[in-house]
Amino acid sequence: MAAKRLNLRKRYELLTRGMGWETTYQKMDDVFPYDTFEGIKITDWDKWEDPFRLTMDSYWKFQAEKEKKLYAIIDSFAQNNGQTNLSDASYLSAIKLFLTGVTPLEYGAHQGFAHLGRHFRGEGARVACQMQAIDELRHAQTQIHTISHYNKHFNGLHDPFYQFDRVWYLSVPKSFIEDAQSAGPFEFITSISFAFEYVLTNLLFVPFMSGAAYNGDMATTTFGFSAQSDESRHMTLGLEIIKFMLEQHEDNLPIIQGWIDKHFWRAYRLLALVSAMQDYMLTNSPMSWKEAWEVYFVENGGALFEDLGRYGLKMPKYHELATAESEHLSHQVWSVFCLLGNATGFHAFLPTEEKMDWLSEKYPDTFDKYYRPRFEYWAKQKAEGTFEYIKGLPQLCQVCQIPMIFTEVESDPMQLSFRDTKHNGDRYHFCSDGCKDIFENEPEKYTQAWLPVHQIFQGNCGGPTLEEVLEWYKFAPEDVSDYIGSQDHQRWQEWKGKDKDTPAKTEANG
Amino acid sequence: MTINARDGYVDIVKDKVENFHGNQLVYVCWDDHLIFSAAQAFPLPPEMPFGALISEVMTPVFNLHPDFAKIDWPAVEWTVDGEKFSPDMEASLKDNGVDHKSLIRFKTPGLMGINGTRY
Repeated sequence: MAAKRLNLRKRYELLTRGMGWETTYQKMDDVFPYDTFEGIKITDWDKWEDPFRLTMDSYWKFQAEKEKKLYAIIDSFAQNNGQTNLSDASYLSAIKLFLTGVTPLEYGAHQGFAHLGRHFRGEGARVACQMQAIDELRHAQTQIHTISHYNKHFNGLHDPFYQFDRVWYLSVPKSFIEDAQSAGPFEFITSISFAFEYVLTNLLFVPFMSGAAYNGDMATTTFGFSAQSDESRHMTLGLEIIKFMLEQHEDNLPIIQGWIDKHFWRAYRLLALVSAMQDYMLTNSPMSWKEAWEVYFVENGGALFEDLGRYGLKMPKYHELATAESEHLSHQVWSVFCLLGNATGFHAFLPTEEKMDWLSEKYPDTFDKYYRPRFEYWAKQKAEGTFEYIKGLPQLCQVCQIPMIFTEVESDPMQLSFRDTKHNGDRYHFCSDGCKDIFENEPEKYTQAWLPVHQIFQGNCGGPTLEEVLEWYKFAPEDVSDYIGSQDHQRWQEWKGKDKDTPAKTEANG
Repeated sequence: MTINARDGYVDIVKDKVENFHGNQLVYVCWDDHLIFSAAQAFPLPPEMPFGALISEVMTPVFNLHPDFAKIDWPAVEWTVDGEKFSPDMEASLKDNGVDHKSLIRFKTPGLMGINGTRY
């Protein structure tokens, strides 16, 4: 007689509870050597509740269906020359930054979750991490496949993983994921699943996916939809792990609070790149960085921490500063890219008149007062042919590795923010109290930072001249510098039947 | 505080002064001239005279700004690592108290950036 088919709940239980055992030939601590040294106390792994009950067979089925749809749309996008329906080819700068800066993060997350999928003692948590590991690998792959179509027509998309390990601004995401990957498993999952995916992921998702939809990029929008249901599962995992750790033992609270403070600030600094993408690189922006911060962090994040307050958890340290910076962040970051645009693997460009009016409307207290004058000054210089890129290299923050461009927004927004400390006789510099605290809590980790500017000076990046460094980055001359006059721009003008000398301005930019 | 690691932690200092082939790192920031976005980093011999720092190192970078040509050098206010100081132009960086990863900041009274915007 055939066995009765088990219901979903029973199958899930067998998968996540029935497949583990108490080892006898080897000590459990030797089999799972990583899940105790961080000091997190777990008294009963069976209390782990995977809130998204998915057995392997249904997981494969869902994912296969999503893949089928995604690849059908990618194919039709390619066959119909979907790239010609973009709002403007300058929009691709955002995609270039995404492919080189974010796709390798997905791969790093895959590696991290694969490690956790082996090393957590509890089977339920292991299975959840194994699924997320596969998700992250799928995201990296499908992003590469989706964007590869643009690589046939545009520059700067040819070698994201090689560049991720070398390029000056890509050391920001690289150091972020490696910070998490080199931590213990509980810190890793707090960083990636909670601080990044739960608290901040919408701030990446909105500019990327809605931004793609607003700019005629149906391929990327489709990828976004394909990833969205995974992301909601990842967010649920992020919340579950925090609650699980907090419920297991009261001693876990101060450790977790420290990690949340640290990784909130790490992830927030990484998102500074996204703020520039959202406000400046997208031809048509669905919402401003400031608006997104208000909705997704101040409101949603505030409600989340209110809910977690019953465990004694507080809002991450320095969140008030992040909110104050939301008036300034994107403008400061895009200013740097404009003045170092001869060394970026995407094309920088000045905001159009329409874009500046949009920025004035979205940032009534700061854009006209602090930032519009510089863009108008450069526009005048470009018109006169006197514009020059900066010849020097910027001081970098030892922790977030972003050039130290941030200012004292709460007291004097035109005053750069400098922090420093000494460790074993050497001086270290930081952009903020948040980054300084992170260093001082674990100095041995950040004295090892591979700071791109210092590495150039140490002779490890191809040579001392800009040309040699760019060659070492595998940035071809056509990949860098202004969008106007670039091959991408010329090609776009030809497709659109426009004179290539007229400045880029889009009809869609209404 | 110190790091919590399972097998201890390898003590690596990536930016030891020995790694810069005889140079030391020096950062220079021109206050109220945010066009430069951040302090600028330079690898320099510790024996370089302070005057040469201005003429050979700072000038080619900072002369991007139209205010640079108008600087009244004797009136410039200097700090190194947060302390006010008056550089001796003939003396070396080292003898002026500028060491590895020092931050030099200078203010140019009367010059407040493009159209007074501190930019």
